Amino acid sequence: MARDIGSSMGSDGGPEMEAGPLSWRQDGNAAFTEIPLARVTRRDVLAGIAAGTGFAFALSLTGRARADQTAGGLGDVRGGDATPSLFISIERDGTVKLTCHRSEMGQQTWTAMAQIMADELEAEWSRIQIVQAIGHPKYGDQNTDGSRSVRRNLTRLRYAGAGMRRMLETAAANRWGVPAEECTAELHRVVHGPSGRTFGYGELAADAAGLDVPDKDAVQLKDRSDWRYIGKDVASLTVPDIVVGKGTFGIDVQVPDMVYAVIARPPVVFGSVKSVKDEKALEVPGVLRTVRLDSPEPPAVFKPLGGVAVIADNTWSALQGREALEIEWEAGPNGDYDSDAFREQLLETARKPGQVRRSRGDVQKALDAAAKRVSADYYVPHLSQAPMEPPAATARWDGDKCEVWACVQAPQATRSAVAGALDVDPEKVIVTPTWLGGAFGRKSKPDFAVEAALLAREIGKPVKVTWSREDDLKHGYFHSVSGQHMEGGLDDEGRCTAFLHRTVFPPIPSTFQKGVTEPSWGELRLGASDNPFIVPNLQLETGPAEAKVRIGWLRSVANVYHAFAIQSFAAELAAAAGRDQKDFLLELIGPPRIVDPREEGAEYDNYGDPFEEYPIDTGRLANVTKMAAEMAGWGRTMGSGGGLGIAAHRSFLAYVATVVEVKVDDEGRLSIPGVWSAIDAGTVVNTRHVEAQMEGGCLYGLSNALYGEITAKNGAIQQENFPSWRIMKMSEAPRNFEVKIMESDAPPCGVGEPPTPPAAPALTNAIYAATGKRIRRLPVFGPNADSLGSLSSGSEQS
Amino acid sequence: MSTKLTVNGESVELDVPSEMPLLWALRDRLQLTGTKYGCGISQCGACVVYVDGKARRACVTPVGSVADASITTIEGVEGPEADAVRSAWKAIDVPQCGYCQSGQIMSAVDLLKKNPKPSDADIDEAMDGNLCRCATYVRIRRAIKDAAASLG
Repeated sequence: MARDIGSSMGSDGGPEMEAGPLSWRQDGNAAFTEIPLARVTRRDVLAGIAAGTGFAFALSLTGRARADQTAGGLGDVRGGDATPSLFISIERDGTVKLTCHRSEMGQQTWTAMAQIMADELEAEWSRIQIVQAIGHPKYGDQNTDGSRSVRRNLTRLRYAGAGMRRMLETAAANRWGVPAEECTAELHRVVHGPSGRTFGYGELAADAAGLDVPDKDAVQLKDRSDWRYIGKDVASLTVPDIVVGKGTFGIDVQVPDMVYAVIARPPVVFGSVKSVKDEKALEVPGVLRTVRLDSPEPPAVFKPLGGVAVIADNTWSALQGREALEIEWEAGPNGDYDSDAFREQLLETARKPGQVRRSRGDVQKALDAAAKRVSADYYVPHLSQAPMEPPAATARWDGDKCEVWACVQAPQATRSAVAGALDVDPEKVIVTPTWLGGAFGRKSKPDFAVEAALLAREIGKPVKVTWSREDDLKHGYFHSVSGQHMEGGLDDEGRCTAFLHRTVFPPIPSTFQKGVTEPSWGELRLGASDNPFIVPNLQLETGPAEAKVRIGWLRSVANVYHAFAIQSFAAELAAAAGRDQKDFLLELIGPPRIVDPREEGAEYDNYGDPFEEYPIDTGRLANVTKMAAEMAGWGRTMGSGGGLGIAAHRSFLAYVATVVEVKVDDEGRLSIPGVWSAIDAGTVVNTRHVEAQMEGGCLYGLSNALYGEITAKNGAIQQENFPSWRIMKMSEAPRNFEVKIMESDAPPCGVGEPPTPPAAPALTNAIYAATGKRIRRLPVFGPNADSLGSLSSGSEQS
Repeated sequence: MSTKLTVNGESVELDVPSEMPLLWALRDRLQLTGTKYGCGISQCGACVVYVDGKARRACVTPVGSVADASITTIEGVEGPEADAVRSAWKAIDVPQCGYCQSGQIMSAVDLLKKNPKPSDADIDEAMDGNLCRCATYVRIRRAIKDAAASLG
């Protein structure tokens, strides 16, 4: 997620290598009879060792294109290199192997990438197989974050598929001695129109491999009305394996002769081991040895945290051995971190004038002239991504090169980080992403893979490092804690004339560069500097905050707290004006127009995509707002203790509005009977999975808002495990959840993250509607609370 | 210390400490990795297996306590309820990342065996111990109802 913030890792050169064999026990399901850990590599193809019945179809490696695959051909289309052989191979039996260069973490990127390629290739869906790409620069950006796998690869992978289709048609035409124009690829075969003769793709593979890659101009993309798979409700390629317990996650990897490690890490970031006694640990049956790991120097980047590793012949013994370690820790420079005190410090900073980052009109003058002034402070704590699969990585070092299998979102960053830690060339490191058992940004940071690599070299055996749930909660890269101060002015008719937003949070770049304290433009553009409100006087300010833990990105990143403050405050202004919340929000969004923050002093990069193509379009934001309200029956009479809340937010170029219904009983117990949510994500590839992301992304946001707090005392994280640290469970999830995907042929926008930001403010706005209680500090519930507490009318949280 | 038991219909002999949780014996010794670790303290449900037909949390079930028992894991669960649940799960793609879904499916099958027509409240009660961070709860609920309907 927003991996482009503050990190320079990820692009390194070098020839490709094979990944070694591994017991990837995945069989007997649908088209996926085997999932090789390494895709067929260039060296395999040249040596002709793509074994078995198959013939690896490697178009760019023969004929003229072989010498330089970027000369002509499809080496440079929008999104990167679309040379077909990079992603597609066809075997003699017609099996089409599609390489997915992004990590599968539940967003169904395997399915989406396959839909795009198979559609243009005119492949039969039942005859495709997915091959997971290793981390390698030849694929371009592989960072599976920032909600950009589809939006950055739709055009590129369409060209890859269409280029391959064109070559198959040409191969058939050559075979028949007819003009290529008379040959049409259709569902796994090429048909000669005038004669009706056909060749299957498998029969053409070898011939097509001898052809040049066509130039972009010679490749005809399908008309979108002819799409077979793109934009359709296509079933997941992973679910058939999941329901029988197959598929390999990071924690599931097994390699011959491997050992198991767990690590006791310093409780405080940049803390260290003062002394350790490991005698008792070594007495635990199954424990083999312990290994000291050095603590890093700031900045944290993706360095392991240090500590003491316990190596055993099974995971449980390693866990028991860790329990038996006697370690005295040196707290280090962050031992003074107390998140309660820090909250007050953040809010104090936020109440003082800050650095102006965007300004329209004269906000101070307008506030002074307002008929009514409103102000509010909002606080969102540290959050933990907490994927159900904690981080896990397996590494093997053979004295020369290192192989890593791990649940990583950023395989190239993993490769670089491992190479750096081992002080070897990146080409000596082969990183194969497994399936990710959830990720949400945590697995973009490959510190756990570096741990495995260092241990593998140290002990001379393959080793799997498993993080326990406690490790995951205590040693994360936490979502930043934030304090925000808002001021607004209303005129006599209840219209908003002034809107001041001040945001203070330890920035993500502090993880990558020592001493950074001021929010970056890359974080402000996540919901703050791109505020679309039409208010005539609008200002964004920031203040400094020092990071005392590793700050990292979590699903939708700073949009979480920016949307919470802005959308809550919009509802507070509506209440102050005595207006309907939805109508007031639509008035703030204003008439359809393009808002450009760059005209008002902001540095704004629009999520790295062209503003002209993806402008901030208030018409689209208003449309989803109206749609969600209509779906929810906005304005209907709510029973006692019932309330509706709405929030709308653009993030990752997509527009989402969400209405949450709450019910609060006499004891202050909260339930969420329904959620209605609308998204405009432009062109979508898979309607079913966009709906699933809308459900999951919203509930992820609600879960974090209800319970998600991470706190620190004396520099150490206080949360340990479920259930004292909570996530939403079945009985707390809404029974009714309705999603609308707006029909659009606009360019594709993000999907995985945009559903999250509106969830929290829609919830707290609903609680206000139901009870008059305004929640400005998250989470809604403390660790052991199940009630909103006393709900005397109009009570306000301090 | 050796413990004999049956796993998915096959007799196995586990040479592990008797206090080792069944979870790690299944995963590390028998390579049955469908049963997942999520918390280690029976609070998330990712490790649900059946011991002599009863749903248990493998992460807190010592191997020694299940000597001679018959263990069923996600890889081996079968029967009309399991078929119905798997079909319903696939029909609407319940899983996202899939990591917790072994446990979700084991709990859902267990529910339908005991209660062929569960109400929403029954589903809440039976499934509350199975956490999902992808928050696939809306689809789990729908699929359990679909599976119940398909069982007639």
